[in-house]
Amino acid sequence: MSFNNLDQLYRQVIMDHYKTPRNKGALESNSVNIEMNNPTCGDRIQLTLQVEDNIVKDAKFDGEGCSISMASASMMTQAVKGKDVETALQLSHIFSDMMLGKEYDDSIDLGDIEALQGVSQFPARIKCATLAWKAMEKGVKSEEKS
Amino acid sequence: MINQEIKSYFPILNQEINGHPLVYLDSAATSQKPVQVIEALKNYYEFDNSNVHRGVHTLGNRATEKYEGAREKVRKFINANDAKEVIFVRGTTTAINTVAQSYGRANVEEGDEIVITYMEHHSNIIPWQQLAKERGAILKYIELEEDGTISLEQVRAAITERTKIVSMVYVSNVLGTMNPVKEVAQIAHENGAVLVVDGAQAAPHLKIDVQQLDCDFFAFSGHKMVGPTGIGVLYGKQALLEEMEPVEFGGEMIDFVGLYDSTWKELPWKFEGGTPIIAGAVGLGAAIDFLNEIGLNNIEQHEHAMAAYAMDRMSGIEGLQIYGPKDPAKRAGIVTFNLNDVHPHDVATVLDMSGIAVRAGHHCAQPLMKWLNVTATARASFYVYNDESDIDRLVEGLRTAKEYFNNVF
Repeated sequence: MSFNNLDQLYRQVIMDHYKTPRNKGALESNSVNIEMNNPTCGDRIQLTLQVEDNIVKDAKFDGEGCSISMASASMMTQAVKGKDVETALQLSHIFSDMMLGKEYDDSIDLGDIEALQGVSQFPARIKCATLAWKAMEKGVKSEEKS
Repeated sequence: MINQEIKSYFPILNQEINGHPLVYLDSAATSQKPVQVIEALKNYYEFDNSNVHRGVHTLGNRATEKYEGAREKVRKFINANDAKEVIFVRGTTTAINTVAQSYGRANVEEGDEIVITYMEHHSNIIPWQQLAKERGAILKYIELEEDGTISLEQVRAAITERTKIVSMVYVSNVLGTMNPVKEVAQIAHENGAVLVVDGAQAAPHLKIDVQQLDCDFFAFSGHKMVGPTGIGVLYGKQALLEEMEPVEFGGEMIDFVGLYDSTWKELPWKFEGGTPIIAGAVGLGAAIDFLNEIGLNNIEQHEHAMAAYAMDRMSGIEGLQIYGPKDPAKRAGIVTFNLNDVHPHDVATVLDMSGIAVRAGHHCAQPLMKWLNVTATARASFYVYNDESDIDRLVEGLRTAKEYFNNVF
């Protein structure tokens, strides 16, 4: 049986993030704390962000879910750490375009995130990949307002 | 009997998914539809479509005869005493909400108890949560035994003289457990409570006899029993339904409308406000004919045999855990499982790539997931069109998933 399709989804780098997640846990002196779940499947993420002077100084996540949702959360925290809020939101926008199979802005180095491109071929799994990003968006937006 | 001929009546099964012949193992979510049901819907719309219970023209009469004819088929199917006790609704969810909003509001008061179990579908939890909050009543849960069954001792411990409503699933959509609803009805009645039975997973698979069960209400959906979506049934004992107020008001359900007050039609129509689900009822009637042709007893035996074969084959996969009773005779054709270290979504995606459809997630039963101490599970559910070769494909797919994830890790 050929699993070329599956290999597009479960890229090595994704499985690496799933197996050894980066930034797992919770920030103690966090400024933002967001909990989100995917009501259709029960995936859950708790994201803590430290946003200071318009910069995402630190990010950690905890949660339960499939390989795609947890790997995506790990990659997201890695990607936004140290970025200013605008760039973090821009990354989220790029990621959303990538998931929808649209052309996306490649002027920013996406690093590991690019490995998730294959998810766009699996419509049932797109929500798994976007959960952490939605949590991040909600978090930095609530911080902007406060 | 269950054979290849039955499968041939389901056109949707004759296709390839991701390059493999489709194996559909998600009938507990919704069943597939045979040509007999599809033709009945087509026929109704091509020759008989009209509104019911109004007008004097021929089509109106034909549509009414078909609609009421379907009601009589349902009456026989569940052995209700009278067709008046059969109310057509959108599905199990609407049926349970109707009982909660009509019977519940009229009979549950502050400090009264509503008793449900840990294995309920969300549709048999939230209507009671809402009612309990509104009336200041107490919602109680019957504890499960370790194997996911319900013991009558726990039922007796939970139901008291303050209990007004007991609501329980007949066959669990996760564990496949078949609950002793007849005995629970007796305990409920001894305490002056009524029993509502969520029959969504039972009606497709077991011979239902509401009089023998002596339940007060019984709810089920057409789409899980080879019928169309959007049609379901609320059965209630006539004496209870007579006393109950409708929850939807409008056309079709009225007797007389004045400027400031109106009166209702008699049963069952007072609960069927608006143009009813005519085509859906006709389709459900055809579904009942189809199931009767096979025989509900044969279907039940087939389900047990499928569950037994699946559990036997699946238990040969190292690291695979099956939830619910180990004895296949205690469960319907539902096998819920996890493959260790592989999340159920990932299992389901690998299976889908092999043409096999299973459900992954919390199965609309979050309290039960909590009780099982898992966040999600995978579920294979079987019906009349499945046979052992489908389970062989599932087992092969599961071995592939295990191998695949072992390699990428």
